[in-house]
Amino acid sequence: MAAFRTILAKDLRVELRTLQSLPAMALFAVTTFVVFRFGLDRTSLEGSLAAGVLLVTVLFAALLAINRLFVAERDEGGFDAMRLAPIDLSALFAAKVVALFVYLLVLEAIALPVFAAFFLDDAAGLLPLAGVLALVNLGLAATGAVVSTVGVHSRARDLLTPLILLPLLVPLMIAAGGAAEPLLAAGGPSYDEVGKWVGTLALYDLVFLLVGYAVYDFLLED
Amino acid sequence: MIRLEMPSLRTMALATVVVLGGAFALAFFYAPNDADQGFVQKIFYLHVPIAICALGGFILAAIYAIAHLRTGNPIHDVRAYVSIHMGIIFGTAALLTGAIWARAAWGKWWVWEEPTLVSFLIVYLLYATYYPLRYAIEDRERQARYASVFAITAGAFVPLNFIAVRLAESLVHPRVFATSEGGLPGEMLFTFLVALAGMALLFATLMRFELAAKATRGQISRLRRALDSEAPAAAASRIAPGGSG
Amino acid sequence: MPALPLDEAGKYVAGAYVVFVALLLIYVAIMAVRIDRMREELSDLADLAERKARSTQHAAGRPQAEADERSREVVG
Repeated sequence: MAAFRTILAKDLRVELRTLQSLPAMALFAVTTFVVFRFGLDRTSLEGSLAAGVLLVTVLFAALLAINRLFVAERDEGGFDAMRLAPIDLSALFAAKVVALFVYLLVLEAIALPVFAAFFLDDAAGLLPLAGVLALVNLGLAATGAVVSTVGVHSRARDLLTPLILLPLLVPLMIAAGGAAEPLLAAGGPSYDEVGKWVGTLALYDLVFLLVGYAVYDFLLED
Repeated sequence: MIRLEMPSLRTMALATVVVLGGAFALAFFYAPNDADQGFVQKIFYLHVPIAICALGGFILAAIYAIAHLRTGNPIHDVRAYVSIHMGIIFGTAALLTGAIWARAAWGKWWVWEEPTLVSFLIVYLLYATYYPLRYAIEDRERQARYASVFAITAGAFVPLNFIAVRLAESLVHPRVFATSEGGLPGEMLFTFLVALAGMALLFATLMRFELAAKATRGQISRLRRALDSEAPAAAASRIAPGGSG
Repeated sequence: MPALPLDEAGKYVAGAYVVFVALLLIYVAIMAVRIDRMREELSDLADLAERKARSTQHAAGRPQAEADERSREVVG
């Protein structure tokens, strides 16, 4: 428990001080919104189109953070330190998942209002949407932490991590899109379908948190 | 795991020929024509068993991977590797035959409305990353371990994926191939089961074949390493006949 | 879409089975190439082993002779 808190605090402090990932993620998201405005030739979005633009942008911004998640551990010998310390190695996994979750929350705190300003006609669905995004963040964080650990030990890490990660995230994105679409519908949010999609999101999060926790020791072995 | 005495490769190959050949004969001479799709439905006896065997291979790989992580025995890693390899090959065949079937029955080479095809594609794309993963990690032991982690994670992913895709399609479009599971008339069901058995035998035979080839390759490398390390000495004593001391 | 007439349907069905057989044969061909390469390497290694065996026979003679030479010098 103490190890988890220490690692998490370290990561958040480093990010706060060096601001490696967050500004890039936020800037990337806003710029991508602009690209979408011109690529789709639309100034207002709703329903599935809005959900798609938002989720794809969040996904690729998350990739930026995921790619860098373990670079410091890899380069500065953090993995070796973890192995030598008498701690449960899954603490590293838990800390990284929470750190990534926090980054994504901060990203969405910036990107969501911008998205609403750029494209949405009414902001009624935003609060429940933020709830859905929280579940999405958890799934992104769990899967991202596992794949990033694998990728950071390989040669073409910037290529390998997204390559493996994207197919794994498809069910998450399907469920996220399914949940977000009615929330962003033209006439105001509707909650018909949202239940089953939120259930699927929760299932995905549960499965990948468990799997990540179960296999993480093997990833860290030398 | 079941520990049967494995029959020889020759026996397995023969059994495959008999069962698979029999299945195809049944498909064309015994099973009746489908009411909706007509003759085109015969592809079903080819496409669906192949797809099932591909997915079976992926699940098998996850089982071997768990065994590998628990025991550290590299034989399980090799078996997982070959399972996934066969799964990808069968998966390619499934996607191609599926596309042909889609074109013949529905006029399009690909149908997003068929959730089974779509989730299969996603699973296929995921397992295709298994090779870049292995080639990207140089240390042999780590490579094997990470590959096993991947096989387990991907194995857990397969059912999740099918659920999600199925949910996404069920509202907007009715299942296109709803007739392909259950509710089959007796002759079709029987033919399908024989075809499935034949494909499973083919999968097992090819796996056996591939494992034998890998093992042989390994022995040859061993031999080369052993001989190469001594060859320089032999060469030296050959080129220094006149020298003394 | 209504069911295709038999002659057209036949082409698609045949196409699917042809794809299956083609993939199988491609696999066999790839394995054949691998086995050929293994055979070649095996015969290389057999040559290497034979040469090694022969040279050890020769070399076995020499060091013994040189050792005798040196011990004779020491003894004087």
